[in-house]
Amino acid sequence: MEWDWQFVWQILPTLAEGAKITIVATLLGYVLAVVLGLVLAVMRRSPNGLISRPTGGFVEFVRGTPLLVQLYFLFYILPEAGITLAPLVAGVIGLGLHYATYTSEVYRAGIDNVPRGQWEAAKACNLTYRQTWRHIILPQAIMPVIPALANYLIAMFKETPLLSAITVLELMNQARSIANYNYRYVEPITLVGVFFLVISLISVIGVKYLERRFGGYGRRGRAAS
Amino acid sequence: MEMWLGYMQLILHGAWITIQLTVYGCAFALGVALVAGLGRISPFAPVRWISVGYIEFFRGTSIFVQLFWIYYVLPLMGLSLTPMQAGVLALGLNVGAYGAEVVRSAVQAVDEGQKEAAVAVNLTRYQTMRHVILPQAIVIMLPTFGNNAIELLKGTAIVSLISLSDMTFQAQVVRAQTGNTAVPFITILVLYFAIASVISFAVRSLEKRLTRGLDGVRA
Repeated sequence: MEWDWQFVWQILPTLAEGAKITIVATLLGYVLAVVLGLVLAVMRRSPNGLISRPTGGFVEFVRGTPLLVQLYFLFYILPEAGITLAPLVAGVIGLGLHYATYTSEVYRAGIDNVPRGQWEAAKACNLTYRQTWRHIILPQAIMPVIPALANYLIAMFKETPLLSAITVLELMNQARSIANYNYRYVEPITLVGVFFLVISLISVIGVKYLERRFGGYGRRGRAAS
Repeated sequence: MEMWLGYMQLILHGAWITIQLTVYGCAFALGVALVAGLGRISPFAPVRWISVGYIEFFRGTSIFVQLFWIYYVLPLMGLSLTPMQAGVLALGLNVGAYGAEVVRSAVQAVDEGQKEAAVAVNLTRYQTMRHVILPQAIVIMLPTFGNNAIELLKGTAIVSLISLSDMTFQAQVVRAQTGNTAVPFITILVLYFAIASVISFAVRSLEKRLTRGLDGVRA
């Protein structure tokens, strides 16, 4: 086995095509996860048990089952119900839903860290339920958890190769088809590994920055209250 | 009905493979996590460097890529593994890297006074670790280890892509043979959730068992 640089140059453009899809899927899935996760977290804290309990059950169920199976579910079962999704759309929805349950737990930790006095003060000022969430609780809950949310962006990025199982032509799928076509596995799969490693390491530096920027907010906020 | 019974058997057979993968993977990951986690805070710099390198590498690349690399590239280097061995190796090394960070932070979270007290009563470094630090650190690690074990269980689904006939693989077989998608996939989703529930229940019981008598010591 030897490393063939010429082969590497030859396959790089195809891999770059795949990397583009990987990044698009990650970003779209992440937007879905961040928005939906917040909705799930607020629903789980609803005073109405008919909303909070099913939401909790849904979150636990999605967190306890593999993303791969959920992707198969979206991709193969929804068409039977008459909803046919393009592979990339199914993949983004799968990633977004799966990680929304994780981000909802992050938001929940942030919400639970807002001192009770804030709820009581909001009530004393006669704010409505909606106003309390919008203006008092969420601004204080979200800021301190921004670094934790960013961690899930990295985690999700590393799960995108699963989309190849539902025929999305992302990086891993391109690498595998190159490997199968040329009977050379070393270069394509190693390059994919290097790509993930480099982006992850760079992102970790970004998260460290976010921790410095936002991490102290919660502590200072609590100390002041 | 007769037909579904046969297919159910197929899925249960896959469930057994999934459980084996989870158990072996967890055992391997636990060992790796302890070694790498303690290596990460070793007083010997080279041991620390190797541990950090391992942890960053396996946390930085996707489990999927690692599995494919182990299954397709290692044989070219003369190390052929069965899908089961490759699966356990990839899952164990990947989850072990996450576990190592848990071990490190738990050991560091043990109160500084405990370490000083161990020095004061003249315990060796090994004795301090074995009898003073680890028993307290393990209690801190447990809940996160439980989550890691569930992550590992969910990771086992991807070994179906290197042709190991686990639960997900068998569900695909059933889908191909019957043309019915909903039944096999809902079945395995429920089974995965059941296994995950068993894991979190077991970890919670173990936590209760291990924290007995530690009430005064824990912050």
